[in-house]
This record gives sequence, structure tokens and C-alpha cells, in this order.
Amino acid sequence: MSTIGSSNTGADWNAVLCSVADQDREAFAALFNHFAPRVKSYMLRLGSDNAMAEELVQESFSKVWRKAGQFDPGRASASTWIFSIARNMRIDVFRRENRPELDPNDPALVPDAPQAADAMVEQKQTAERIGSAIAELPEEQRQVVHLSFFEDKTHAEISDYLEIPLGTVKSRIRLAFARIKASLGEDYGEIQK
Amino acid sequence: MRIDHHPSEDILLAYAAGDLPESWSLLVATHIALCPVCRADVSTAEAIGGSLLADETPAVLSSDALAATLMRVQADDTAVEAESAAHDHATPPILPQPLRGYCGGDLDDLKWKALGRNAQHIPLVRGADGATARLLKIPAGQPVPTHGHNGLELTLVLQGSFVDGESRFGRGDVETADDAVEHQPVAEPGLDCICLAVTDAPLRFRSPFARLVQPLIGI
Ligand SMILES: [Zn+2]
Repeated sequence: MSTIGSSNTGADWNAVLCSVADQDREAFAALFNHFAPRVKSYMLRLGSDNAMAEELVQESFSKVWRKAGQFDPGRASASTWIFSIARNMRIDVFRRENRPELDPNDPALVPDAPQAADAMVEQKQTAERIGSAIAELPEEQRQVVHLSFFEDKTHAEISDYLEIPLGTVKSRIRLAFARIKASLGEDYGEIQK
Repeated sequence: MRIDHHPSEDILLAYAAGDLPESWSLLVATHIALCPVCRADVSTAEAIGGSLLADETPAVLSSDALAATLMRVQADDTAVEAESAAHDHATPPILPQPLRGYCGGDLDDLKWKALGRNAQHIPLVRGADGATARLLKIPAGQPVPTHGHNGLELTLVLQGSFVDGESRFGRGDVETADDAVEHQPVAEPGLDCICLAVTDAPLRFRSPFARLVQPLIGI
């Protein structure tokens, strides 16, 4: 499979993950070799020791295998989908709480406004634009976003950690989010809040 | 259905990051089932997590990690999880997922408990952070007992509607009240008003009777 042999940055991980859904073990190995060391970093940052981080990586990727059929490249990129699985795994193990998630097939779900036919391409572009928007954030905004997503710190804990007021933490996160949304274009969200 | 009142962006971001405790997360997940606008925000916030993961410095994995994971997968090969099956409801349920799962069914299946006057409730979650999520039913046209707050309260309307001061809250709307607010929501005529209410501290009821029963009903 040509996508697997290419460099990490060039690999089409969405396509690889779709192959995993078809029980393709070679695709799974490629996905694992790329993402598992990153998921391990994520778990280490969140305070697990080496053995626990290895365990969480194996559990997360067992989930990736079992749930790959639910991956929808029109809704999320592969890295986002794997992030969600790792995040839920740590909530389950560290916090011992359930993670309430919506069911995209629930008949009570209010559907999105009709999407363009090239939604799959759009999702890939979305991931790229978000990546460059994060890279271009002012350092003080990038830092609070990283602490919030990757160090399991609540906004109050970030305020203590950085010794800045809670209101400053919230405004930095809000500004960062506004920039990231702006990078996705003017039609973002369609309806204004 | 037009939703005018959304949870704050802070809360949506904390949900996406995985920093929001269970009671609040239940409300956010149920709101985004009804609100495509906030659902898009949560997807974007999750994509931030995905982008940070893609850029993460790889850690060194043990050399047998892949083999060990494949062993787990093999031992567990029957457990491939399919997409949730299509439901055969003639009309869509009133309670969306994940709330319906927490309630053990839709509105017709619920066993309500008395909560002062005519109001009824069903406790659903008490999180590790002390926050509680409950379903509340206020009869049409009736006021919710007057209360202030010791902390934050979020209320998501699922059926019927209520008016609080100048604002009206219908299906899908979320009212955010903090400890500065003493409010007097009144259910509008029509259907009984059913809400998911999450509070991070016991409510302070104003009437002596409500204060008296508060310890007994545990809210
Ligand atoms: Zn909303």
C-alpha cells in the first residue's frame, strides 16, 4: 500500500485508518508505529509512569482496532480521532469517570446543515489549517492551549501554575480559539451565536 | 428549533480537552446532540487536540509494544464494535443520547421523585468533583422554587420552556447561572418543562420550607 511507505508528514493517515477498518494488519502496524509513540508522550505528560503509559498505549490502540469501523473521515481527521480515543482512555483510567459522548446515529440528534459533497477533502484541509493556525499563535496563547489539552490542567489550575489571573487564562484561550476558528474561513458555523 | 442560549466556549473547550468532569460533560454532550453550532465548535476544539497529538515529540516505546497490542487485539477479535444500530422509533425520542442512556430510557420510561411543591426530579450523576446532574420536571405554568447558588448551575431544556426575567429558554437552550444570580424561572404554559440541571454546589433555597426539606431530598 503506497500510502504507508511514504514519509510521516506525507502519509495519508485517514486512508490508512480506513484500511484498519477493513482488518488490514499492515495498515494497523503503520498507524501504530506513527501514532503510538505520540500517544505515549501524551500519557507521560498527563502524569503516568512508563509502565502505565505503555499499558494505556496498548489499550488505546486495541480500541483503535475495534472502533476503526466507526471512523468517518468526513467528520474528523485520523489524528483527531486517535486523540479522542486516548483522551477518553485517560478519563476512564485516571479519573475513573464515564465520558458522556453523543451518538452520531441517534434519531434525536439534530443534523448539521447540509454539507458540501467534498466534505472529506474539507476535513483534511481543516486539520491542516488548524495546525498552521496553532503554529502561528502568540506563545502565551499557544502555551495555555497546550496546558489545557495536553497536561490535563483545568483553567483554574493553569492560573495557579502560570501565576496569572483566571480571567487572563480564559481570555487567552478564547483569543486562541477565535484565531483558530477564523483560520477555517468566514462560513464557519454558518449560524452566528 | 432555534437555540439562542449556548454553554460558554470555556466549557465546550474543556469538554473537548477532557478536563470537564462527568456531570457537566453529560450536559455538554446532550446539548451538542441538539445544537449543530456548538457541535462544530467541539469538533474544531477536538481537532486542536488532534493537531497537538500529530506534532507531539514521539516517546520511546518498548520494542514489543506492537506485538503486545496485536496479541490483545487477537485475544479480543470478536469484539469489533459496529456503528450503533439504527433505531426503530416511529418518532424520534425526546431525550437525545447520551442522556437517554443515563436515564435508562426516554420520557415514558422515567420514574420521577417528588421535589417540593409539584416539581419532580431524578438524580443522574454525582461526579468526583461534587457536581450533580439531575433531570427536573416543572409543571407547565409553575415557578421553580426561588433559589440562589453557591456555585455554577447549567440548565438544559429538553421539553417545554421556561422564562427567567427577560429571557426565554426552549428545547436545546442552556441557562448559565452563577452565584451572583438569584433567579426565578417560571415554566411556560403548555407542556411540563423538563430540564437537565447541573450544579456544582447545593442550592440555597429561599423559602423556609424549602430550606427545611433540602437536607432530606439531598439537593
Ligand atoms: Zn449550542
